[in-house]
Amino acid sequence: MSETSQKEMTGEKMSVTSVSSANPTSAKAISESDIKALPSHDLIVVGGGPAGLAAAVAAFDAGITDVLILERDNELGGILNQCIHNGFGLHTFKEELTGPEYAERFEKLAEERDIPYQLNTMTLDIVPVDIAGTHAGCIVSAVSKTHGYQQFFAKAVILAMGCRERPRGALNIAGTRPAGVFSAGTAQRFVNLEGEMPGKKVFVLGSGDIGLIMARRMVLEGAEVLGVAEIMPFSGGLKRNIVQCLNDYDIPLFLSHTVVDIRGKERVEGITIAEVDDHMKPIPGTEKSFDVDTLLLSCGLLPENELSSKAGVQLSPATKGAVVDNTLQTSIPGVFACGNVLHVHDLVDYVSQEAKLAGECAAEYLEKGAGAAGASDTEGEARIVTVKPGNGVSYTVPSILHLNALAPTTIIRFRVRAVFKRAAIKVTLNGEELMSKKRPVMAPGEMEQVILAKEKIFSALENTNPQGSESVLEISIEQS
Amino acid sequence: MAKEIKELTCINCPLGCALEVTLEDGEVTAVSGNTCPRGEAYGKKEVTNPTRIVTSTVRVTGGTRPVVSGKTKEDIPKSAIFDITDALADAQVKAPVNIGDVLVENIAGTGVDFVATAHVSAA
Ligand code: SF4
Repeated sequence: MSETSQKEMTGEKMSVTSVSSANPTSAKAISESDIKALPSHDLIVVGGGPAGLAAAVAAFDAGITDVLILERDNELGGILNQCIHNGFGLHTFKEELTGPEYAERFEKLAEERDIPYQLNTMTLDIVPVDIAGTHAGCIVSAVSKTHGYQQFFAKAVILAMGCRERPRGALNIAGTRPAGVFSAGTAQRFVNLEGEMPGKKVFVLGSGDIGLIMARRMVLEGAEVLGVAEIMPFSGGLKRNIVQCLNDYDIPLFLSHTVVDIRGKERVEGITIAEVDDHMKPIPGTEKSFDVDTLLLSCGLLPENELSSKAGVQLSPATKGAVVDNTLQTSIPGVFACGNVLHVHDLVDYVSQEAKLAGECAAEYLEKGAGAAGASDTEGEARIVTVKPGNGVSYTVPSILHLNALAPTTIIRFRVRAVFKRAAIKVTLNGEELMSKKRPVMAPGEMEQVILAKEKIFSALENTNPQGSESVLEISIEQS
Repeated sequence: MAKEIKELTCINCPLGCALEVTLEDGEVTAVSGNTCPRGEAYGKKEVTNPTRIVTSTVRVTGGTRPVVSGKTKEDIPKSAIFDITDALADAQVKAPVNIGDVLVENIAGTGVDFVATAHVSAA
């Protein structure tokens, strides 16, 4: 990578002498000796959910034993603790586990290794620091009841903060705002962890997996679920959830429909849905009313990247997660990202796989010294390939390949923009076809992946771009 | 005799083939629409003996949490789902609870135990 693009990617760094005062927690200047006085760790993992745990375990197994996990909640396991349904781990453990059981497997792995963690600990800031003009690591500040305000120096950081639900403010529904409107995830927490039922007669807006799972959950707890509306012409959830959560309980799914009105003064008394046209505008005359006391919103998830963006990590507008290379390293050297904070996954198995890679790459970074990926190799400049989402593809992770850090195989995960039937995934490098894979059905709700062999990438580069100037790998969908 | 065609969606892979299962006198005589043998097996089982794992929660007394999650240890007949949720509505266990502990034995007479899928410590 050229010097200038490295700078662009890295963004603003905190240098030892001049500290940006825009950042209140780092307002006091930090000297090299201050940094050296801080408790230091080779690796800090922010988040103790499935991604953080798998990443910490993988880094440990790769030889990095000085790891600390910081978890905001009062237990490890993250969102899995409230996902009490089964279907987790089919790929990883070849059995169907519930969320808490899946989490427990990884908690055990971390415990067996005695990997330290702090619960109820909110990470406030991650600030990259230079010592003598070279990137040295990050100062991570956190606060908890037991330890108060703490600052650590970490040579490497793995971001594993997960995601949160899209805020309901983003939904423009007419009518009043009475009590009884919940996000599906909040309702899940109420029912599964606190044993409280949010309502008796329920409608669900949005057919994401949590919405589908909660529709069934409410029925099992004795509520009546009158329907699920989805504004898109297809569901955003997994097929098995449509069948086992809706069809099993005769819950109707209204595709291309949205909620246009909420009634009720103090408590929801009813809602109205309507069909939408191709521009997502409600079609007059198609309204249907339902008398319900509860509306659950399942309108998608967003990676939780406030910390990353404050740290100066470059984010992708498509994923809302960090821009990463094939080692899952972000634009800040030694800062890696994995799991739902990187891009929202539908299978926890993929989260675990991705997190393992992040842990291993962080370990390699720590062993080889700063800038393992993308550092200049002996040939001079480190070469990169930009990964571009082509026709029908909304994003790819990673979006950069550092050739000097290429593993024998590279997995590129992506989502398609719409439902494609009998189509092919085509991968080209500088226009030359690397692979083409037929897929009978692809949908935005199910993440796709291609696995590329290192030799193939290199031989295609030889043919198309021996000079090593800008190379582009493109993934696109071709309808046959 | 009575010939019946049932339509369902195979859930064994994202393809989600639309299956048509033909039943004659309650016996499956044909499965169509499947792309692979897994679809045929699924279709047969779904119309003759559909089963599910049921996951839910059970009230906990004296614990750090008011409920603990659990599941039927094995598949149960789909028709027994609501008998199970009825039984769970009345069930109560004492903390501490560990993963795998039996919360309700032989739930709703299915011959299957309902077991804990999470820990709850004593308060
Ligand atoms: S029949 Fe085979 S290909 Fe079709 S959905 Fe089932 S498992 Fe997938």
